[in-house]
Amino acid sequence: MLDTFVAVSGYVFPNEIHVTWTVMIVLYPYITGLVAGAFIVSSLFHLFGRESLRPIARFALVSSLVFLLFAPLPLLLHLGTPSRAFNIMITPSSSSAMAGFGIVYLTYLIIVVLEVWFALREDFVRLATTRTGFKGWIFRALALFDLTVDDRTRAFDHKVVKILAGIGVPVACFLHGYVGFLFGSIKANPWWSTPLMFIIFLLSAIVSGIAVLLFLFYFVSWLRRVPIDRGVVQTLAKFLWGFMIIDVALELMEVLSIAYEQTQDWEALEILIRDKLFYTYVILQLLVASLIPFLFLGANALFTLKAKLSNFLIFSSAVLLLVQVLAMRWNVVIGGQLMSKSFRGYTEYTPGIWDREGLIVAAVVFTVPFLLLRLVDGTVPLFPPDSALGRWRLARMKKTPSADGAQ
Amino acid sequence: MSDGKTPETVSRRSFLHACFGAAGAMVLFEPGEALASTYVPGDHYWAYVVDLTKCIGCGACVRACKAENAVPDGFFRTWVERYTFLDDGEVLVDSPDGALNGFASDPDVPPERVAKSFFVPKICNHCTSSPCVQVCPVGASYETKDGVVLVDKSYCIGCGYCIQACPYGCRFMNPVGTADKCTLCLHRLTRGQAPACVAACPVGARACGDLKDPNDPVRRELETRRHGVLKPELGTHPKCYYLGLDQEVL
Repeated sequence: MLDTFVAVSGYVFPNEIHVTWTVMIVLYPYITGLVAGAFIVSSLFHLFGRESLRPIARFALVSSLVFLLFAPLPLLLHLGTPSRAFNIMITPSSSSAMAGFGIVYLTYLIIVVLEVWFALREDFVRLATTRTGFKGWIFRALALFDLTVDDRTRAFDHKVVKILAGIGVPVACFLHGYVGFLFGSIKANPWWSTPLMFIIFLLSAIVSGIAVLLFLFYFVSWLRRVPIDRGVVQTLAKFLWGFMIIDVALELMEVLSIAYEQTQDWEALEILIRDKLFYTYVILQLLVASLIPFLFLGANALFTLKAKLSNFLIFSSAVLLLVQVLAMRWNVVIGGQLMSKSFRGYTEYTPGIWDREGLIVAAVVFTVPFLLLRLVDGTVPLFPPDSALGRWRLARMKKTPSADGAQ
Repeated sequence: MSDGKTPETVSRRSFLHACFGAAGAMVLFEPGEALASTYVPGDHYWAYVVDLTKCIGCGACVRACKAENAVPDGFFRTWVERYTFLDDGEVLVDSPDGALNGFASDPDVPPERVAKSFFVPKICNHCTSSPCVQVCPVGASYETKDGVVLVDKSYCIGCGYCIQACPYGCRFMNPVGTADKCTLCLHRLTRGQAPACVAACPVGARACGDLKDPNDPVRRELETRRHGVLKPELGTHPKCYYLGLDQEVL
């Protein structure tokens, strides 16, 4: 007997009292979204030549890889029989949308790994020649034991990075569109079943990716006490404003269209929104975490503000939009399971604390990519030497050359 | 008796041999095993019929299913719902513990307000176009040649996608970590026995039959009586048919 008491209202099918997909399945599309969003930001420079984003382009690319490496972890932790996880790669069922995971994930991983490698190759070579012993061998191996760096190799590397970015953008869109399709294609669930779902997931992925980069850029700049690069944050803030408007508009249109149609589905969904998701959807996702960033970023884009105020508006908007997208994932994944397919009742879900799929593990899973990113940052330069953060790194190396031999 | 002339004598030794042989055969082969070995899946196509005018909500089917299939506590391969229509059009639905112990008490409304009431047994619909089979990423959910939707527990990864895809709430995650659902007691069907829930029903509200057999009573019933399926608009084409179905039943 399941020992957790769940308060249900109305009539819930007996097998639906306990939700199947937990906070881990909330985290999976959230982390995947950061991957796709960060990659698109890096491509705005590498592919579309948005020069003002040069200081953050490589950081965005490496962030994308780091998040990508950990994206499957919540899925793995969720599986009832994780020892069979590779069955999805080895024997995918052609009729299943989920079976595409292996193909989509591996394709994207290969592209991002290659792009990161070509972007960092020159640094690997430099580290291979400046480090000795085992560390030196590691970097020589990372450089594939070819330590040639000249104008010809640089031009080639840049060209390949650009080509990979060109391939990567549609694959990134496909990756996150696919995650949305996993939900949107479930006809049994009216809260999920909409063709808009994949495009909403894609746009919210871009929003969360830009937001996390803004958050990290501010955080790192403040931590290292370097002036904020206004060109970077203003460009990202404008993109963030634009993408969040389209994203939130689509989220609203999806619900409003069902509401206006007044179908049988709406009778059940209305109660779901009004009662079960009132705080997480209406208050948090829409009013607090969408409306406030919309106003803040709008004010920042339309008026000339003092740098301090502008930074406050952009940073707080980035944080709120990270919360908005997380709330959106929660409201979709958990919200969709709170309503029974009897359409006559609702169950409840409270995540555990210490369980395998509980909040502590979720927090650890979400934190680890950031720690890995810090580790990479301590090894190879993620910001160009002519940027504020790049100059900080050079100055630090002069003080303690043994601490960092990157440049 | 051999030919009716002289009584055939049976030695104690040969009698004991025969007894041990029979006992050994019973240990090695369960009753019905011989029939199961001659069962050809392609020769059958199973369907299920529930006559809602007969069900009395006793819950014997739920108990039989639990006992037959060792269904874990808190989950159900079959359950029974009670629909109570009030005089103002309001519809109350309940299924206390899946009706494992039947319906011990009346709905919490004055009897004079009840316009009509009936019970609805639920099982897996063994859909012809099963969404659960479609979404399974590893093919662990599949439909057999004889029309039964099953889960290969030795291959299921426990992702739960099939549970989300089933519009009828018939699947659940077994605590062992794999998806679980009604098998239509295929192990019994292949031995010529009815599913446990059908065998246990005291009023004959449940029946399972072979649509490929023109003389099967279930097939005859479906050919001659009005019937419906749950959520037909989803295009799943269930093979669980209901006689006397009300539109409020989902």
